[in-house]
Amino acid sequence: MVGLCTCIMAFNSCNSVSEETSDETSLKTERDTDFTGELPELSVYNLPSEWTNQNGEDIKLEDLRGNIIVAVMIYTKCKAACPRLIADVRRIHSLVDEETNKQVKYVFVSIDPEVDTPETMKEFAKENQMDNDQWVFLRGSEEDTREFALVLGVGYKRISPIDFSHSNIISVFNQNGELTFQKEGLGVDDEAIVEAIEKLAI
Amino acid sequence: MFYRILIVVFITLCSLVSYSQKEENMALIKKGSYIPLYGNDSTTVYVDDFYLDIYPVTNADFIKFLKDNPQWNKSNIIALYADEKYLSQFKTNLTLKEGELMDAPVTNVSWFAAKKYCECQGKRLPTIDEWEYVANADETSPDARLKEDYNKFILSWYEKPNAYNQKVGSTFKNYWGVYDMHGLVWEWVDDFNSVLLSGESRGDLEGSNELFCGGAAVGATDLMNYAAFMRYAFRGSIKAKYSIRNLGFRCAKSVK
Repeated sequence: MVGLCTCIMAFNSCNSVSEETSDETSLKTERDTDFTGELPELSVYNLPSEWTNQNGEDIKLEDLRGNIIVAVMIYTKCKAACPRLIADVRRIHSLVDEETNKQVKYVFVSIDPEVDTPETMKEFAKENQMDNDQWVFLRGSEEDTREFALVLGVGYKRISPIDFSHSNIISVFNQNGELTFQKEGLGVDDEAIVEAIEKLAI
Repeated sequence: MFYRILIVVFITLCSLVSYSQKEENMALIKKGSYIPLYGNDSTTVYVDDFYLDIYPVTNADFIKFLKDNPQWNKSNIIALYADEKYLSQFKTNLTLKEGELMDAPVTNVSWFAAKKYCECQGKRLPTIDEWEYVANADETSPDARLKEDYNKFILSWYEKPNAYNQKVGSTFKNYWGVYDMHGLVWEWVDDFNSVLLSGESRGDLEGSNELFCGGAAVGATDLMNYAAFMRYAFRGSIKAKYSIRNLGFRCAKSVK
């Protein structure tokens, strides 16, 4: 056990420094389209949680690795700010160039996993013309949802049997799952986030 | 490559060694309700029966956990789960610096580490509602919030430096038999990110509709709740990976 600890400690302290710099440069210069190997320490894909998508498929977050991710947390029954938040995401999608969009997945993670079943999310996707591979809807356990929100810095609170109060944050992750950009608030200028997304394209 | 997979695997598991902190070191908190004097609105909060640790988790407790779960040591922990100040009161992975106390509450731990510790005990973090319910008590009554002495004690603690470097049990035992809810350290709760503040002052409503969906501005109902306001403001300002010198935790357990 001690030997194992020492091994882990030694390798870990050696490797983590070089690992981060090589990840940053590889996105730009080496055209490394093969996003496998060790996860960077800050990657959200380190979370072991399991999720279900709108097609009823069970996935781990790591299955999204290799894509640029634009993520928001919403719930389908939300009538107030969520429609605006979704409109913001849709507008961003329309502003991002076509070639880049091929490398992007727009991910909606449900704050209300009890109500947002795969069927509900699928129906929601259809109603919103988001029923294709570009858009991913996920729901997990209440605990995993809280944990994911905390990694993003998203806050939420149930304020009635149906409704939640929640922060409106759009997060951008690179192909290795590291958070690279966040936009908070609705109707805020899109230029910066579009740039942040396009910058990650290979 | 292999060791990294190992670490990821270990992080998802816990050592199954049982610790001395079982239900005998927990108090049974009987269900009840209260109106939070500081929150989104004034609706009554209901709390079910639950167990709460009598003391905050100590450095000694946490070291036992680290021995069995080395991936949570300060040299192994990944940046996703903690910042650079994680366990900075430790000299090495398993020993404390000079002047630190084994029986002081463990601090400089992130929410992720606190959550994992509780999980490994077969417990969990308390919710805000549960924590506040127990914190409302003084020595003799379950809800002391309108008592001047109760508020004075808490506010005077805020002015005391290094209160965190004392043995657990140093402050007071409350109505429920729980020690140190005030006077020692701030404490992590499971849903601290359910506090959505629009700004620093009660009047700062501008932009809140843009930032939050469906949330009214949070406002204190009266000055006696400055103490509660401080806790809510603190919760609204922190991130789950932060390691803070005077922020520790204790665990809870559902009854059913």
